[in-house]
Parts: sequence; structure tokens; C-alpha cells
Amino acid sequence: MTMKAIAFLVVLALLLVGVPMFIAATGRDDLYYVLTSVALLSIISAGVWLTFYIGRINIGQGAYALMGGYVSAILVVHYGVSFWWTLPIAGLFCAGASVLIGLPILRLRGVYFAMVTLVLTEVMRLLAMALPITNGARGMVNIPLPGALTIFGITIIPDFATLSNPRLAFYVVAVILLALCYLGLYRLVHSRIGQLCQSLQQNEELSSSIGVDTAMLRVLAYAVSSFFGGVGGAIFMAIAQSIYPSSFTVADSINFMLYCFLGGLGYVFGPILGTFVLYFGWNLLYSLGDFQLLVFSVILIVLMLVLPNGLLSLALPKRGRGVAR
Amino acid sequence: MEQVIVNGLYLGAQYALIALGLTLIFSLMNVLNFAHGQMYVLGGFVTYTVYGQMGLPFVVALFASAVTLAVVGALFEKLLFRPVLRRSKREESTMLLAAATAFLLDAVILLVFGEKQRGVPKIVDGVFVSDAVIIPYDRVVVGVVAIGLIVAFMLYMQYSRPGRAMRALAQDRVAAQLMGVNVDRYSMLGFALGAMLAGLVGGLLVTITGVNSGIGGPISIKAFMMVMIGGAGVVGGAIAGGFILGMMESVGLDVLRAYGDITYLVIFVALMVFLSIRPNGLMGKPWG
Repeated sequence: MTMKAIAFLVVLALLLVGVPMFIAATGRDDLYYVLTSVALLSIISAGVWLTFYIGRINIGQGAYALMGGYVSAILVVHYGVSFWWTLPIAGLFCAGASVLIGLPILRLRGVYFAMVTLVLTEVMRLLAMALPITNGARGMVNIPLPGALTIFGITIIPDFATLSNPRLAFYVVAVILLALCYLGLYRLVHSRIGQLCQSLQQNEELSSSIGVDTAMLRVLAYAVSSFFGGVGGAIFMAIAQSIYPSSFTVADSINFMLYCFLGGLGYVFGPILGTFVLYFGWNLLYSLGDFQLLVFSVILIVLMLVLPNGLLSLALPKRGRGVAR
Repeated sequence: MEQVIVNGLYLGAQYALIALGLTLIFSLMNVLNFAHGQMYVLGGFVTYTVYGQMGLPFVVALFASAVTLAVVGALFEKLLFRPVLRRSKREESTMLLAAATAFLLDAVILLVFGEKQRGVPKIVDGVFVSDAVIIPYDRVVVGVVAIGLIVAFMLYMQYSRPGRAMRALAQDRVAAQLMGVNVDRYSMLGFALGAMLAGLVGGLLVTITGVNSGIGGPISIKAFMMVMIGGAGVVGGAIAGGFILGMMESVGLDVLRAYGDITYLVIFVALMVFLSIRPNGLMGKPWG
């Protein structure tokens, strides 16, 4: 356990100190944006992964990311709340909404759940178009950068607008949140609740017959998953300083699912790897212009043909947790 | 009101045909075909090319759409889904593959046909006008053809030898194999048939709504909704789901017009309530 903790701290230090030094040395400032996006997308995908962990295919994460972004944006713009407070509020709002939505739809399984979550993404987009407070299709723009956060007179986070390099600041925030998110996820998965969740994945009837409160557990897991989605969406909003109904669409929801699949569903850190590979792969192919999507999809298909169980199935053949049914 | 019902029936016939293909593929392979909307778009573009550009008769164009998509579907099954299904630990892996094929078709369509909205000349001119309803003749033709295709499909599934084999496959794959059904061949045939149906609807509808490369995803979502209403993997359910969604859309657009563009929101909420009462849809098997 201590070895793992040390390894974790080393990786974190590398991300927080090493990467900025590398970027400063090479002058590739644009990498910050890419890496920040990867970190945030990984946070959102972590939620999808957790729903996979209870045996549900979740293609509705985009809905919660959008919801989180809008909640945060509305609080900042209309109510003048500090962005840093809206972050947990957005997460909790999404978690609350997901409990309401999840109670009926979590009774569905397999493709039924997958399809209904997919539709959920589309509905959230329509809702964002229809509600008066979200400003419809024109979206909300010119949202101020996150302000300072002070507790007891001590400035914990400086005002982003005064920083010389807000990109670096966003990167640091994203990495710290990524670390927190995956620490939490790791703890959750290796706790008693995590074990119970796995029993849901393997056989829901059996586990409920033993006395596991399956209905409560799956709603809980779905709520945590949506919390991640909401937080990730809120920071995306802060970086872009704008949010539109089309900020997170069905394609994004599918992408979150793909990140999890590609990384491998059997390993907690799979989504990070999957996100990293897919996002970077997509950006690397940018120079191909019109052929970008074509090459990308062909690579995806080939990957699926060669490694049907995800990338981590290569390196960690034995350590993958028992996902096979 | 009669006008609304006629519109609903016409829409429903198209939708049912789309949902039939999706549900056929699902019931045979347990694959959720994300690329279904893209197959529809491809069918539309093939018809556009053959009928609109080359000026051949519409029937030929429709036939070309059907053949193209059948070939695409058969190749997808043989080269992609079959190997992955055999080797993957979780059946859900096919979803990644299905999503990737959707991207692939999107890319191909974009490269070959461009991103413009395309339309073709009307197949039949004129408008049918009576006291209650006004309906263009081409819509009548398309609606009748769609219903004819649905009936033909059902008869084929019910009475032909391959149809019987596919139904057996959908019921129980292993048992069908033990009875001597060539599972691989009929899976491929089923996939081809499902894709063909999507292509046929695309070809039919291009004459009315036109086609552009961006509508694949939304069409897939609609198809998913129909399948959820009717129950995944059941032929009758797909047809019912298609007509119900078509009717709801038509009625919703009429009744909710005053409140803005919220028809789909209302439909979705209704769907959620419905699914919480009947998780398998109208006629679905438990847990698909």
C-alpha cells in the first residue's frame, strides 16, 4: 500500500512540476490545453467507468456534464456566486438529478439502459434549448474567469483573471481534481461498497438474494458517476468561458464510453489511459484534414479487432479484476 | 385532426421500417447497431446519386440503395462483428465496434458525398386534397411502399426458410445451431437485411425530406426510442414502436406548437414514465 502511495505521489509530482517544466523548456504552451482537456475528460469518464462497474452501459454522461456546466454558469452569471463554490454545487445538483432520473431508469439493464441514457443526452440538449434561463441556442458566453477563493482571509486560489498564465492554473486545477477523483474512485472500488458493486455487475439477482440492497447501491453509484460528470462539465465551462446546448452532445457521450472501453473496463485507471490515447490520437490526426475521421475510425476498428478487451488487457492480463461474466 | 393522424401514419410507416432493421440486427446478434442512422443516410445518398444525378428510374435507385446497404451490412458482420464477438470477454465490446463503424460510415459519407443538403425531383407530382386532409401524392406513394415493404418483410420472416432460420436464431442461438441452422450464414443474412431496410427507408425518404450527412445520429436516436417503446428484438414491437413514435411526433407537433419546440422533451418524459412501469417495452423479452 505504501508503495502505491509513493508511486501515486511521484506521478502527481511529475504531472504538477515535471510537465510544466517540460512545457516551459519546449515552449509548447498549447499542450496545456490538451492535457487539461484530457484530465477533465478523464474525470467525466471516471463516472462512466463507475456505471460500467455496476454492470450498466452509460451513454448519458454528456447530459450531466452539460447540466453541471449550465448550473455553474447560471450561478456565476445570474447569482454572482464564486466559481469555486459552484463546482461542488454543480456536482451535487447533478447527483441529485441523477437520483431522480436513476430511480426509474436504473431498473433497466443491458441495451435498454444504454439506449435510454443515450436519449437522455439528447433530451438535456433539448432542455437547454427550451429553458428560458439557459438562453437557448445562443448559449451563455463571456462568463468571467474563476475569481479568488479566500478562507479566513487567506487566499487559497488567486483570481484567474490576474494570472499571467491562466492555462497553467487551469492545468494545475484539472490535475489536482483528477488526482482527487481517481483517489476517491480507487477507494470506493476497493471498499466494501465497491465489492458490493462488483457483485451487482456479476449477478444482480444473486446479490440481492443474499441481502445486498441493489436498488440503493446502483442509485448511489449512478449519483457518484453523475457528480463526476457535473464537476467535469463545470470546469470545461470555466475554461471555455461559455456554454452552449451543443457543448456536450451525443457524440461526446459516446466518446466517454469509448474512452472507458479502450482503456479496459477491468482497471480503475483505464479511463485515463483510454482518454489520453484517443484524445491525443484524434489531435495527432488533425493534419490529415478531411481524412481525420476516416483514419480515426479505422484505427478504432482495428484496435477492437486486435484487442477486444481494451488496451490495459495487453499490459495487465492477470491483474484485471474479474469482469468476464 | 385527420391531417395529424394521416401525417402520423405516414411518419410511422417510415419509422417502423427503420426500427425493424435495428431490432432484427439486435435480436440476431445482440448488437446495438449505432450505425443504423448512417446506413439510412448512405441509402439516401445512393438514391440521390442514381436517381437525382444519373437520372435513372426511381425503382432502380431504390434497388441500388438496397443492394449497396445489404453488401455493407454483410461485410460489417463478416469482417468486424463476427471476429470481435468471438474473441471479446464482454458482449458490450461490440458497442465500441458499432460506434466505430458509425464514425467510419460518417467519414465515408462526408468524403464521398460532401456536407450539403441534397434533394431529388419529386417522384409523383400533385397533391391529394379533400375536405379533411391535404397530402401530396409522393407521400402517399412513399407511405404505401413502406407499408408494402413491412408486410413483405413480415411474410418473409414468417414463411420463408431463411426467415424461419433467423427467427430460430433470435430465440435461442445454441439450440438453433444444434438443430443444424448455419448460424454464421444467417447472422450475416440478418445483418445484411437489417442494413438493407435502413437503406431502403433512406432511399424512400430522400424524395421527400432530402438527405444530408449530419442526420445519421439523430435518426439512430429515434430508432432507439422506437425499439425501447416496442421492446428490443421483437418484430411486432418495432412496428408498434415506429407507429407510436410517428403518431406522438405528429400529434405533439400539433398540440404543443404553442409552447415551442418541446415535443421531444414531452415524448421522452412520457417514455421514462412508461419504462419505469414496463421496463421491457410493450412486447420485449425481459432484459433483452
